[in-house]
Amino acid sequence: MTRRTAANARRGRTRAADGTDPRLDLLRGMLRIRRFEERCVELYSSGEIRGFVHLCIGEEAVSVGVNRALTPDDDVVTTYREHGHALARGIPAEAVFAEMLGRVTGCSRGRGGSMHLFDVGRRFYGGHGIVAGGLPVAAGLALAGRMRGEPRLTCCFFGDGALAEGEFHETANLAALWDLPLLLICENNLYAMGTPIAREHAQIDLAARAASYGMVAWAVDGMDVLAVERAARRAAQAVREGGGPYFLELRTYRFRAHSMYDPDLYRDKAEIERWKERDPITFLCDRMRADGGLDEDGLRGVEKEVAEELDRAVEEARKGGLEPVEELLRFVRTPAGEPS
Amino acid sequence: MPALGADMTEGTLLEWLVHPGDRVARGDIVAVVDTAKAAIEVECFQAGTVERLLVDPGTTVPVGAALAVITTGAPERAPAPAQGTAPSVPAAEPVVTPLVRHLAEERGVDLATVHGSGPGGRITRSDVMAEVSTGASAAGGRPAPAPAPVARAPRTGARVRATPLARRVAAESGLDLATVTGTGTGGAVRVSDVRAALSGTVPPGRPAPAPGAVVARAPVGRQEAMRRAVGDLMARSKREIPHYYLSTTVDLGAAVGWLRELNRQLPVSERLVPAALLLKAAALAAREVPQLNGSWTDRGFVPAEAVHLGVAVSLRGGGLVAPALHDAADLTPAELMARLRDLVARARAGRLRGSETSDPTITVTSLGDQGVEAVFGVIYPPQVALVGLGKVVERPWAVKGMLGVHPVVTATLSADHRASDGATGARYLAALDRLLQKPEEL
Amino acid sequence: MTGVKAEPKPVTYREALREAMREALADDERVFLMGEDVGRYGGAFGVSLGLLDEFGPDRIRDTPLSESAFVGAGIGAAIAGLRPIVEVMTVNFSLLALDQILNNAATLLHMSGGQVAVPLVIRMTTGAGRQLAAQHSHSLEGWYAHIPGIRVLAPATLEDARHMLAPALADPDPVVIFEHGSLYNVSGTLPPGAGPVDLDSAAVRRPGSDVSLITYGGSLGKALDAADRLAADGVDAEVIDLRTLRPLDDATILGSVARTHRAVVVDEGWRTAGLSAELAARITEQGFYDLDAPVERVCAAEVPVPYARQLEEAALPQADGIVAAARRAVG
Repeated sequence: MTRRTAANARRGRTRAADGTDPRLDLLRGMLRIRRFEERCVELYSSGEIRGFVHLCIGEEAVSVGVNRALTPDDDVVTTYREHGHALARGIPAEAVFAEMLGRVTGCSRGRGGSMHLFDVGRRFYGGHGIVAGGLPVAAGLALAGRMRGEPRLTCCFFGDGALAEGEFHETANLAALWDLPLLLICENNLYAMGTPIAREHAQIDLAARAASYGMVAWAVDGMDVLAVERAARRAAQAVREGGGPYFLELRTYRFRAHSMYDPDLYRDKAEIERWKERDPITFLCDRMRADGGLDEDGLRGVEKEVAEELDRAVEEARKGGLEPVEELLRFVRTPAGEPS
Repeated sequence: MPALGADMTEGTLLEWLVHPGDRVARGDIVAVVDTAKAAIEVECFQAGTVERLLVDPGTTVPVGAALAVITTGAPERAPAPAQGTAPSVPAAEPVVTPLVRHLAEERGVDLATVHGSGPGGRITRSDVMAEVSTGASAAGGRPAPAPAPVARAPRTGARVRATPLARRVAAESGLDLATVTGTGTGGAVRVSDVRAALSGTVPPGRPAPAPGAVVARAPVGRQEAMRRAVGDLMARSKREIPHYYLSTTVDLGAAVGWLRELNRQLPVSERLVPAALLLKAAALAAREVPQLNGSWTDRGFVPAEAVHLGVAVSLRGGGLVAPALHDAADLTPAELMARLRDLVARARAGRLRGSETSDPTITVTSLGDQGVEAVFGVIYPPQVALVGLGKVVERPWAVKGMLGVHPVVTATLSADHRASDGATGARYLAALDRLLQKPEEL
Repeated sequence: MTGVKAEPKPVTYREALREAMREALADDERVFLMGEDVGRYGGAFGVSLGLLDEFGPDRIRDTPLSESAFVGAGIGAAIAGLRPIVEVMTVNFSLLALDQILNNAATLLHMSGGQVAVPLVIRMTTGAGRQLAAQHSHSLEGWYAHIPGIRVLAPATLEDARHMLAPALADPDPVVIFEHGSLYNVSGTLPPGAGPVDLDSAAVRRPGSDVSLITYGGSLGKALDAADRLAADGVDAEVIDLRTLRPLDDATILGSVARTHRAVVVDEGWRTAGLSAELAARITEQGFYDLDAPVERVCAAEVPVPYARQLEEAALPQADGIVAAARRAVG
């Protein structure tokens, strides 16, 4: 791992065409998600956001790294811990805030909330609240692409808990059997809500279990955004070339509660602190600093840029109107005469 | 003036059955009112003393107008004469849910006095409770100005078990369900019971506020009122309908002979009588001559789509109804016979269905079993024809120059000259005759 | 050509369903069929026999025994613009896919604020009467009729079997079609020239004036038998075939009750908290003042459907019970 990390760092120093360090985009993406999630804590605490809100602080490298391997034509299906996936995919922060504030300007018109972000224009097919429930749908999206001979792939995020669900295994089998262009991203944060992975799975090598279906599967350090990006690019390329489904287990950790607040009775505070030493943002910053890819001014600049964007986004989101209750039943069925 | 039908907008007071100073109880018949359709008895929903009659007999007033003032308490509490809207006879029994009715009875609240705040003025549970609390505070918080209203006394006896439809129809007609005998499960009053009560085919001793029926052993005043109601209907028929009358004698030789052969092969219980053939022929003839089968309306004659043969049924102890045999022209004589038997039995038991009392398109009256040879009847408005059948008698009869003894019947037709002429009527009787000569085709 | 007009050939319910699918597959390249044994085997109940040869394995797609995965895949393919017909062998098995049907198919359009429509058709067998015992015989369509966002159909006649699929596929949202297992071998002739069924309307299969027998699917025949027997006694029963269990055609149901004033609901599902309860409630809510008798229900006994013939028969609504209920209502 050490050697591979060093190799990544060296690759990271390659300049983009415009002369900027491409790692800066990764850093900006992760910081944006981190600061966004922190705003959510504030808005939740003040009562502006309600319901369940699952933050991905600590897991930002997954969203940002994987998204680098996707094109705008690819489909994304994800879970209820999806703010990061949505932001990385390009859904404006304002639309996500507005959704959590229950506004009609939200990306699901206030009907979904934190767990159900959608943006069909960006081929972002939700925020699924049922563990593993998005997997079969992702297989169908991939099947349609394949039947129509389209070059796109479908990327599906799910957690380690999903591997205990039948829907994962049914989908893995189906996808491998039919060689579907499906990129399976297991965001393994070691806990299924409060249950540690060792109490959840008889075989905790999740990639090995996926591999048993006859698909290529490997585990990646999910705290290293460069490693995530590299693995995702390799897997995506293989999937696009007709290699069938690929499975990546991204080993990561959430620093905050399962939902907004929980007493963390199920894990040791020291364990959390140990993982924070591997904070993906710090990890990337340190490496960039080490090879001169980042200075404090640069970092402050990114922070300022992100803070200003989120200030504006919250402000705009708050201005959004509320869907009139007369519209309650709208979208239960497509209105007559409106083709799908 | 109560609303006694969905389309009623005004009514004419025919007669008062009470006088000022009379004490009346809830459910008493207090007046007879002529609607556009029939003379109907009006009952009162409030106990008390008749203070004053506001409308003279013969006067037509709109629905909702006060007819009389009934005081429920001490005289000084009576409304001033100017208050013509004082509660007297409510428009109709309010439509309420079973729960509210139950609650009202439990708390001794007369629903007729309660203002409904629900949809369509429906009385809700809270209206009843408000009425209860108002009554309580009035009684407890102030010097009692008057004795508690009699109407608020709990009604004695169990609440009436009735279906929602029966309640609705009864309420629309101003009929007190407590006066109706239920024939449903557990004695529940069903709509057929209500309609029977309304059409006068109820067992003796029960009110029967409808035309075309006279019920024996009813109280004298009521019987008189009913006599008058029937009289008014018939008077209107004679006044408005220019009747013309035709008569012919029909040879029943073929029919009786055919029946005899047929009956020989049938068990006693299934044997047919000539009446079955006569009714079938009357119905088929009505179909052949549609100008006589239908109703006279403001727009003139409206032919009926089917032949629903009204059959005059005399009731035991007097009285008469003419319910319909639906689609009589489509029934075999055997079916007609069975249906007739059922209809007569139910008419006499007071269990006619609503459609049977309202649907006839032409009526047949037969007094043959009473020995009458020819009957010239009065048309039931809005029908336009009435067929009269006499007794089947044996008479000397010539066929192709040969004299013999044949069974014959005198058939008559009373018809509305506004709807048809004598030639049309003649075609009807000719058709009847022709049809009866080929009984096997009936 | 001889110019002689051919007599309409008798077809079975099964063949009518197949013909509807063949037509849909031929007319629209977005349509494909997927399910367990729909291809080589020809369908567990033989409905798709022969379609594999005609349309190939890509469009007549055999799936693993993974109800959740292939129903969910149907949802995904529908979202992506295809028009999948997913066959689930029986309604009992569909419970393995209930998460997908309820949490995704029925929900995504609303939950996404109108963005994700799911034009999916799911067909499945329902009902008892073939001695298949408790895990292949239940009638759970009432459960599906509980779910906002899906349309639920129950073709009870050859004509509906033949002509409901096209409008179902034209529906931009999910449609679940329940085929009663006892109907597959029913045969008759299809009237020529019939077109797509109006999926919003119940059908009056027999007009009558004394009592409304309200039913659907496999119980329609029993209700019609009962109506014939009642007619012999002078009781004129109207028979309503719901056809669409969601949304219910209140106008037809209540129009009938307004004429007859009496209602008997016949449902092969269980009585408690079922479709029959919904119908009785609607009749009471909207037709209370038209009722001249309590609403009667004839339902399956509250028991897992047993194997032995006499037990199974006793567990299901039969014409005798319908006649008795109608007599109670008429009084």
